[in-house]
Amino acid sequence: MSLPPLPLDAIDVGLHVPDWRAAVGAAGAALERSGSTAPGYTERMVAVIEEFGAYVVIAPGLALAHARPGPDVLTEGLSVVTLAEPVAFGHPHNDPVNVILGLAVTTGDEHVHFVAELANIFNDSSIIPALAAAPDAASVRSLLGIAAPTGEDASTEEPQ
Amino acid sequence: MKIVALCGVGIGTSAILKVNAERALERLDIEADVTAADIASVKLAAADAQVILTSSELVPSIGKTNADVIVIDNFFDLDELTAKLEIALG
Repeated sequence: MSLPPLPLDAIDVGLHVPDWRAAVGAAGAALERSGSTAPGYTERMVAVIEEFGAYVVIAPGLALAHARPGPDVLTEGLSVVTLAEPVAFGHPHNDPVNVILGLAVTTGDEHVHFVAELANIFNDSSIIPALAAAPDAASVRSLLGIAAPTGEDASTEEPQ
Repeated sequence: MKIVALCGVGIGTSAILKVNAERALERLDIEADVTAADIASVKLAAADAQVILTSSELVPSIGKTNADVIVIDNFFDLDELTAKLEIALG
């Protein structure tokens, strides 16, 4: 199974946020905006980090924000947020973070299939700095090599 | 040989760790069964495991175990995973 499509709505580039909570909040807002999650999922992503610590910072500069499947996950989805100024999550090796992926899945199983795709993308160590430097949502999507949703055309793209 | 890839909620990070641990084991030509688990299920999942792979943040939550606990800093760095698995299993 390949990654879920990535609408431009689910990408936010060059945000200014004060702390990791706001960064995860932005990744959650992007998931909501793209129709993947309902309000509540964002809080659950924050709660995972409050409970277990900054283990979601899985590579230098990159956080994979996520929570368990639940009724607030409407459809599986991915969001990408990049920060103008990096923030600390409290990870001993991988702070500070300037790229946050938001991930929402409906069951544990489907997820394990498409996560191999994420590994294929991010095993290339140049991708995180490239994403952090990307000027707009379309560039982020093109760097990731993830498909646009069916039916999306130029008229739905964000003005740059 | 059994290896557990551990994360907080058992999706996402543990699945990435599992996929990349399998790739590292392939490089080392070592046969092993890699299972993704969360903190809630780690006691059971790791009961007969030789190795637990996880983030430094989660080590205190594992509790008592006979498995070797290996901390992975960069889950996408196959060289790091390969080197640490080689030491643990070699």
